[in-house]
Amino acid sequence: MPIIKDGAIVTDTWHHLADDEPVSAAPCTVSLARWKREKSELAAHGGALGLRLSGDDRVEDFAGELDQFPLVVVEFPSMGDGRGFSIARLLRERYDYRGELRARGAFIPDQVFYLRRVGFNAFEFTYDANLQTALPLLNEFSVTYQAAADEPLPLYRRCAR
Amino acid sequence: MYQYDQYDQRLVDERVAQFRSQTRRFLQGELSEDQFRPLRLMNGLYLQRHAPMLRVAIPYGVLSSRQLHKLAEIARRYDKSVAHFTTRQNIQFNWPRLEDVPDILAELATVQMHAIQTSGNCIRNVTSDPLAGVCPDEIEDPRPYCEIIRQWSTLHPEFSYLPRKFKIAVSGARKDRAATQVHDIGLQMVENETGETGFEVLVGGGLGRTPIIGQTIRPFLAKTDLLSYLEAILRVYNRFGRRDNKYKARIKILLKETGIEDFTRRVEAEWVQIRQRLVLDTGEIERVKRHFTAPDYKTVAGPGPDAQAAADPRFAVWLRNNTTPHKIPGYRAVFLSLKACGVPPGDIADTQLDAVADLAERYSFGEVRATHTQNLVFADVHQDDLHELWQRLDSIGLATPNIGKATDMICCPGLDYCSLANASSISVAEDIYSRIDDLDYLHDLGDLRINISGCMNGCAHQSVGHIGILGVDKKGEEWYQLTLGGSSSNDASLGERLGPAIDKAHVAEAVETILQTYIELRQDGESFLDTVRRLGINPFQERVYAHH
Ligand code: HEM
Ligand code: SF4
Repeated sequence: MPIIKDGAIVTDTWHHLADDEPVSAAPCTVSLARWKREKSELAAHGGALGLRLSGDDRVEDFAGELDQFPLVVVEFPSMGDGRGFSIARLLRERYDYRGELRARGAFIPDQVFYLRRVGFNAFEFTYDANLQTALPLLNEFSVTYQAAADEPLPLYRRCAR
Repeated sequence: MYQYDQYDQRLVDERVAQFRSQTRRFLQGELSEDQFRPLRLMNGLYLQRHAPMLRVAIPYGVLSSRQLHKLAEIARRYDKSVAHFTTRQNIQFNWPRLEDVPDILAELATVQMHAIQTSGNCIRNVTSDPLAGVCPDEIEDPRPYCEIIRQWSTLHPEFSYLPRKFKIAVSGARKDRAATQVHDIGLQMVENETGETGFEVLVGGGLGRTPIIGQTIRPFLAKTDLLSYLEAILRVYNRFGRRDNKYKARIKILLKETGIEDFTRRVEAEWVQIRQRLVLDTGEIERVKRHFTAPDYKTVAGPGPDAQAAADPRFAVWLRNNTTPHKIPGYRAVFLSLKACGVPPGDIADTQLDAVADLAERYSFGEVRATHTQNLVFADVHQDDLHELWQRLDSIGLATPNIGKATDMICCPGLDYCSLANASSISVAEDIYSRIDDLDYLHDLGDLRINISGCMNGCAHQSVGHIGILGVDKKGEEWYQLTLGGSSSNDASLGERLGPAIDKAHVAEAVETILQTYIELRQDGESFLDTVRRLGINPFQERVYAHH
């Protein structure tokens, strides 16, 4: 399925493994729960491995191990569940995660501006969303008051006002 | 007052363009009802009983004459020539068409106004003391901090999809006129031992279904730490607040379920991590403060209003009830009552809005404030202008001398507009009004706050009314639950239930009985609230239910 990554529409090469699905050699993501359970087997699988987080997962508990994942996916079960926004900022700003950070789920194109600001650089809609609509919305506003993952300083420190 | 710079203006302009596109995509079917709902709510747009309702932000209650004229024009063009001031220093239009809303927002943007985050599960319009900057009991003017919070919270990338709505109030005076104890976060300016001013931080207050008084989690917060501390609280809430049940999703429930010690510990632990990164530097505080400098006060005091008051008893009553002391000698703050008999509390006509704008220009440096009791304030009126101003206000129906008195009721729209209502709060208010609308009686009753909500969502703050009236549904009929002894000021408390609900035909009579009982039982000059606190509700209960 196509996704948005780094400001462009690209084909996704990752497969999101269900917790009971056998691991193959292709790049795949697993849930935090599965990864905790099967760490050594998964490490041995040879292909690229990504981690999937839900709103309940506490970033603090596995922050030291983030480096090994080229991709971290944060799940948005609904557009109103905003926990992923905090998780993303923690990953980027506190734990200095530099890999691909992907929002995945039922969020809508109108949220990508906020999602980009908190640190997501990839967007995977789990329904048939219009990616062409979403693309320009990444930069919907040219003014941002706050510091966030995309911008270390608040507006008043960035610009003479 | 604060004037937008290029950044502020560009942001609201871009917001208008955004909402225009969202509305178009919704009307074309590209956005579903469920997807559009949170987007329109974050622009203050509800879909109500008869028509949409648009809630426009009046940041911390401050309006210019130019903005008032624009609101009048909008009321005329897009509504039925009426607007409604709410309990959170906002203004609402009850009859706009959805298709017109982008144009209305564009009109508002031309006068530095918007409807951003006046609804939805985000940080709402920040509220404050309507007498900020002019009251004699002020520790520090809260408005610059309100503006700083407004900017910080506007389109906040992390905190726009919270578990539930989030309300912040700031008070800078010793007397709390901003109801800080019933907000998600209340900031009360205080002075520490070294004479430095900062904030006492309260969390977890709120009205609605589960009214709770906020608790102090930090007795003193330095001003430079304001934003990092707010961010820490919001982050803890956003991560751990309940999302499984919308009635348990407010921060007050998180605080209650976690316990104040544990909650405070989490906030402080988060704060330690971000404190150095998000400093509110004094340069920025000073920049914003420069927008709130004192107007050009006259230094020579004239004769004052005493002689005119002696000659004109109607003026004298108004002067006593509707004006308050000012920190500058020779000036007073003047309340414009939006509680005339027969007018729904908080409602104002387009022509009145225009007239108020002109009067403000002439008598109060072109500025007006909205109060959380649904009235207006001219904050800077010279005493020699009071009599003339009173005559003019009187001629447009805005001089009812009842500020803080029994007929200055806070009342929600109820069945008249609201799809959640059980009760017609406005008609109950009118019924009560007509029974106590005698000036001597009103004066004799003294300070009284009667709040009426049409359902348990509690929009009219009935749980903190001295007398609270709540509409409940009993088998399809309107009944009313009364509470006594609530307050949202420094001595904040929740009212106590008087007894079984009362049917609509007997509510006003019950209120009258309560007031009569107070008059009989009070001790020399004691207020209603003090009498209830001294005696408890029993004597009132006995009288009200004596015949039932
Ligand atoms: C027009 C129809 C309206 C609807 C459908 C409506 C809806 C609601 C709902 C559902 C709540 C409860 C939210 C919660 O507990 O989290 C609420 C609370 C509230 N509303 Fe309204 N409202 C309406 C009009 C108004 C008006 C006109 C005012 C101002 C006069 C107002 C001011 C408030 C306030 C101050 C609260 C209490 C907030 C708190 O919990 O601290 N609302 N409203
Ligand atoms: S208190 Fe209830 S009836 Fe009144 S406006 Fe609020 S939701 Fe509607």
